[in-house]
Amino acid sequence: MLVFVLTFSTTSYSQDEAEAASEEAPADAGGDVAAGESLFKANCAACHKMDKKAVGPALRGVADKFDRDWLYSWIRNSSALIASGDATAVRLFEENNKAVMTAFPGLSDEDIDNILAYTSQPKAAPVVAEVPAGGAASTGGGEGVSNALVLGALVLVFLLLVILLYMVSTTLKRIAEANGVVYEEREKRTPIWKAFAENQFLVLVTAIFFILFGSYFAYGYLMQVGVDQGYAPVQPIHYSHKIHAGDNQIDCNFCHSSARKSKTAGIPSLNVCMNCHKNISEVAEETATDEYSKEFYDGEIAKLYDAVGWDPEQQAYTGKTKPVKWVRIHNLPDFAYFNHSQHVTVAGVDCQKCHGEVESMEVMEQFAPLTMGWCIDCHRETNVNLESNEYYAKIHEELSKKYGVEKLTIAEMGGLECGKCHY
Amino acid sequence: MASNKKYWKSVEELNEDSTIVKALQDNEFVTEIPTDEFLGNKEALSASSTTRRDFLKYVGFSTAAATLAACEGPVVKSIPYVVQPDEIVPGVANYYASTMADGFDFANILVKTREGRPIKIEKNDLAKNGGSVNARVHASVLSLYDKNRLTGPMVGGSEVTWPEFDTAIAQKMNEMSGKDIVLLTQTFASPSTSKLISEFTSKYPNVRHVVYDTVSSSAALDAFQNKYGTRALPDYDFSKAEVIVSVGADFLGDWQGGSYSKGYAQGRVPKNGKMSRHVQFEANFTLTGAKADKRVAATPSQQLQILKALTGGSTSGLPENIADAVNKAKAQLQKAGGKALLVTGLPDVASQKLALDFNANSEAIDVDKPLLVRQGSTSEVMSVVNGVISGSIKGLITVGVNPVYSLPNSKEFAEAYQKLEMSLAFSMKQDETASLAQLVAATPHYLESWGDAQIKKGTYSLTQPTIRPLFNTRQFQDSLLQWTGNSKKYYDYIKEVWTSSILSGGSWNEALHDGFVSSEVEIKMEEVKPATEGSGLMQDSTSNGALGALSQEGGYELTLYTSTGLGDGQQANNPWLQEFPDPITRASWDNYLTVSAADAKALGLVNKNVANGALNGSYVNVSVGGVVLEKVPVIIQPGQAKGSVGLALGYGKTAAIQEEMQTGINAYPLYQNFSNVQKVNIEKASGMHEFACVQLQSTMAGRSNDIIKDTTLEIFNTKDVSEWNAVPVVDYDHAPISVRDKKADIWSPFDTTIGTHFNLSIDLNACTGCGACVIACHAENNVPVVGKTEVRKFRDMHWLRIDRYYSAGETFKEEAEMYENLPAFDSYEAVEVPNYENLEVAFQPVMCQHCNHAPCETVCPVAATSHGRQGQNHMAYNRCVGTRYCANNCPYKVRRFNWFLYSENDEFDYNMNNDLGRMVLNPDVVVRSRGVMEKCSLCIQMTQKTILDAKREGRPVRDGEFATACSNACETGAMVFGDVNDEESEILKKKKDDRMYYLLENVGTKPNVFYQMIVKNTSEA
Repeated sequence: MLVFVLTFSTTSYSQDEAEAASEEAPADAGGDVAAGESLFKANCAACHKMDKKAVGPALRGVADKFDRDWLYSWIRNSSALIASGDATAVRLFEENNKAVMTAFPGLSDEDIDNILAYTSQPKAAPVVAEVPAGGAASTGGGEGVSNALVLGALVLVFLLLVILLYMVSTTLKRIAEANGVVYEEREKRTPIWKAFAENQFLVLVTAIFFILFGSYFAYGYLMQVGVDQGYAPVQPIHYSHKIHAGDNQIDCNFCHSSARKSKTAGIPSLNVCMNCHKNISEVAEETATDEYSKEFYDGEIAKLYDAVGWDPEQQAYTGKTKPVKWVRIHNLPDFAYFNHSQHVTVAGVDCQKCHGEVESMEVMEQFAPLTMGWCIDCHRETNVNLESNEYYAKIHEELSKKYGVEKLTIAEMGGLECGKCHY
Repeated sequence: MASNKKYWKSVEELNEDSTIVKALQDNEFVTEIPTDEFLGNKEALSASSTTRRDFLKYVGFSTAAATLAACEGPVVKSIPYVVQPDEIVPGVANYYASTMADGFDFANILVKTREGRPIKIEKNDLAKNGGSVNARVHASVLSLYDKNRLTGPMVGGSEVTWPEFDTAIAQKMNEMSGKDIVLLTQTFASPSTSKLISEFTSKYPNVRHVVYDTVSSSAALDAFQNKYGTRALPDYDFSKAEVIVSVGADFLGDWQGGSYSKGYAQGRVPKNGKMSRHVQFEANFTLTGAKADKRVAATPSQQLQILKALTGGSTSGLPENIADAVNKAKAQLQKAGGKALLVTGLPDVASQKLALDFNANSEAIDVDKPLLVRQGSTSEVMSVVNGVISGSIKGLITVGVNPVYSLPNSKEFAEAYQKLEMSLAFSMKQDETASLAQLVAATPHYLESWGDAQIKKGTYSLTQPTIRPLFNTRQFQDSLLQWTGNSKKYYDYIKEVWTSSILSGGSWNEALHDGFVSSEVEIKMEEVKPATEGSGLMQDSTSNGALGALSQEGGYELTLYTSTGLGDGQQANNPWLQEFPDPITRASWDNYLTVSAADAKALGLVNKNVANGALNGSYVNVSVGGVVLEKVPVIIQPGQAKGSVGLALGYGKTAAIQEEMQTGINAYPLYQNFSNVQKVNIEKASGMHEFACVQLQSTMAGRSNDIIKDTTLEIFNTKDVSEWNAVPVVDYDHAPISVRDKKADIWSPFDTTIGTHFNLSIDLNACTGCGACVIACHAENNVPVVGKTEVRKFRDMHWLRIDRYYSAGETFKEEAEMYENLPAFDSYEAVEVPNYENLEVAFQPVMCQHCNHAPCETVCPVAATSHGRQGQNHMAYNRCVGTRYCANNCPYKVRRFNWFLYSENDEFDYNMNNDLGRMVLNPDVVVRSRGVMEKCSLCIQMTQKTILDAKREGRPVRDGEFATACSNACETGAMVFGDVNDEESEILKKKKDDRMYYLLENVGTKPNVFYQMIVKNTSEA
């Protein structure tokens, strides 16, 4: 317990320290760092990073490199500055592949000062990250030790008890012998196995039991053949649904857009990845976990760049592409027709209903058994989603009258007919 | 009873004692499973070292092993696009309007693509003047994925790169400067190509352009040019004609470059008690003859006289029955005045001129906006051929034509061709010509190319690529641009031609979207040769030149024709077309000499059905002049004019053709002087040919007389429905009741009133038997090709077959009376040889009838086939265990059994056995494996898609949205598909039509497919 408390306090203290440090820094820039940070994230982060070249150059310490007034005019309208023939402006333009920077005429001097104050922050010391990491490790270690100790003690006590019992038993025997107690010779009985074998009824019952028991497991085994629930293959690029759909709340349909209009949900083409990853070449420190380090994730993003043919140094496509060969997880047999749009757009079924909590899956796996029984169970239970869908108006009215129900299930609509899925 | 006319599918059926016909009626599967072979032989069994116990051990082990092996699932890879094109959504089909123009077939089409692969051709409903989307056009998508295509340009037999090829060409053209080079091409009918060729010939003045139509329409072109000044073919609107008389013109087939089935069918469906009257005089039995109200068998020389008689001459010398028919037809033509139409297929200018003159005032002919789909002049082509042979022509460039295969004197030509100083072939394949050429330029398929065409004057169509070129090919036009020093691509060139003239301010994108544009702009296509008669360039319009040979004594009159399947033979390597049974003879994988029964008897030729029902036929040697075609198989064709024979062109190709598809005999050596009528000598050869003929298969005969129902227009108009289209009656409690009576039913009825309920109507009057639906079904439903030997064993997999029934045209009663009145000996003769010549034919497309009380469903032990509320009879392949009970219990014989695995199996080396060919498969329909039953699903994948689209958009389905592959492909409107619970729908009107009847209704199956009975206009006055 003590160890726990200690760890916790260390962590919180280190965070306080970091915050304190950042509060101290702005002095020389003369702006509000917090306001600057939000402005930076809203306006600049699409093209600029603090320490690394993105579409535009890295911005840490940019306030020291250029004259403040020059920066004001550059940020408000860089094109005009270049057009005016300003030497610095033209040089920068050339250096950055002649990429025109968006003009921000709406930013006041104060706003720009705030941003510059933020960019003038010294790079956060890696110590910050190390302290909690170390703390966590020690916590884990402490727990392990205490468990082992308790277990060891228990074993010891148990052993002592056994020895004690044995000693009591031998002592009692000796006392009995000393008192001249004589044990009677017991009659020899038929061994139990023989008795069992001679009792035909018992044999029969046992045999039936074993057969039933065996068939239960055999059936269970056979029924899971070809059912790949939990199938989580290693993919060529470690793509984390947890980071994308979970931490960053990206909608499933953003990448799997064809789920709305096609039978397949579609694996997004790599250009969809690049919509964001053109600017996100590395993960944040906080993204790293025990299992996967920041370097690991950055390496996976690099794999994406390699596949799509993006040169992060030049910020340009090389044209050399290597399409990614993903391992398909959900494999429906050819003879079963499934249409995503029917379920996603028409029925409004949540993706999670069949795919599980994808937003918490670090490694994507098959959640549902994808067996016919599983499909049918759902079709039997689910009511048809009629909201503002005129297609169903007439048939629903007629059918509900026929079956005498208020709401129809998919099965009653004909969702169990063989030919609806098998053709 | 509508009529008690006897219909029969094969001559064999007329033989009352035929054991084969009996066997086929009794058994769905003709060949017994040969259990006796290994169980009957006791000695062999006892000598065998494998005991029963061993056998069981092996079975047990292999089952267990197979089961265990199946436990591990395969790892499946999915590869998304790197950059996904905007217009592609995986899983959703895209349609592009395009145009096919291969020199033989011209058609406005829609191309269905999935994930960038064209998988199906459909007709473009916007285009009204866009040629005919026939079976070959539908099948052309498979020719794109032909593994025998050229993969790159070749110089001297070895593959080179295009820059290397261009250098070789430049060098060659330099060497050849001043020497006579002929550019021999197909008909392009393309304004841009025409302009480009003239630019090319002006840069290289020693090159001249000659158009060579493999199957010539030169006589008709000459006649039209003489009369109207344009080298073109008149366009006809058969829907405007009240009386149609055709003398040897197969206008529902490939006559003069196009099918007129759409307009024809419009006039053939009785409306307000009226329909057109159609009289056909012909030698071969054609699709057109099959649809005629009156068909008269006449040899080509008789046809010539008939034509003359119809246009004013006398009928003297013609047999009495023909003369009578001619006189009546003549009277009817005169009576119809401006609504009369006379067409002829005779290959001489004089005959064509007679017909043109006759039609001059007809409302049904369009001479202002003629068709431009044929341009070739036989005399010009002959001068080129003679020039090559004599050596006066030094170089030959061929584009889209294959003269070494298709010239009558190809042997002589081939020798001379190899001696040419320059031979360059633009070809998709290493065909007969390309394999002898020094330079071979690999061209792309039309689905990979840009192009334009003016099929009919004033209607301009665009061809656009729907897939990236599969191989290292470059289209002819791009090569010309390169060689004329133009840096443009052909796409830009067309766009420039179009925006500068054709579009006249209209939108290019709109034209591309629609696939065509109607414009009053006149584009000057290539310079037309001066139209002077007798100048050597044209045939004299007064002589019957091409028919001159017919006056010779003796021999038989041969009419060469193009088959519905293969046409001129360009797509001979297409398994769908090879397996497509000819609509008339029902033979697939072959061409053959069609001979009349009387001539066959005289020559000692026989057709015989062997024990399993397959057809064998004699061989003959056919000779004309010095040319002999050896071992041509013979089919005895009822209705063939006595003294005439027929043979299809386009077969017998061997170069760049897979071995399985090297079928038939090349008939082009008989195509002397490019005339399809020849005088030939025939002598019997030894041996018997094995046909893959499906005419006796899947027979329903013997069940009912009402498979085909027909009546005459007169009865249709005057009598009550119950007389000509009576509902069958059945016995109930010893009293007759209607089969539609509830009491006649042994099953409780389904509730068919709720939701959608699909019905399909097939109008037998409008159906021309063209077979477009059969191929469309192939493409949509991944129907496998099984090959000739399997078809011969009656194992064809067509979900949709078109049954063809013959009828002698008389009722039973009349026939019996006739025999009674004949002297004894004559009547024997008459009974033996029925009236073969004047036959009537009915086509009947038959697919699964989707019975509401389906006999197949009740016998399936595993419930693999079941009933859907929407009226479709479902078939779950994965549930089927292959007992075949359902097929045996099906009265319509529409179920097909997968005897083998037809995909990825070297034994069936067709398109499903290679990666390229499999690209044509429809991803929405499963490929069936061995041992399961399959059948028509009423294209449930299409109806489900239509429903889903409506659901997504939150609206009811509109009428006309529901379609099946066959109803979509049907140009004549014979097939109508829809929801009968939709009060406004077309299909409901069809269901209530007086002509409606169900197939074998007395069986009580209550089908969801119904037919509209045949009405024939028999009025002779």
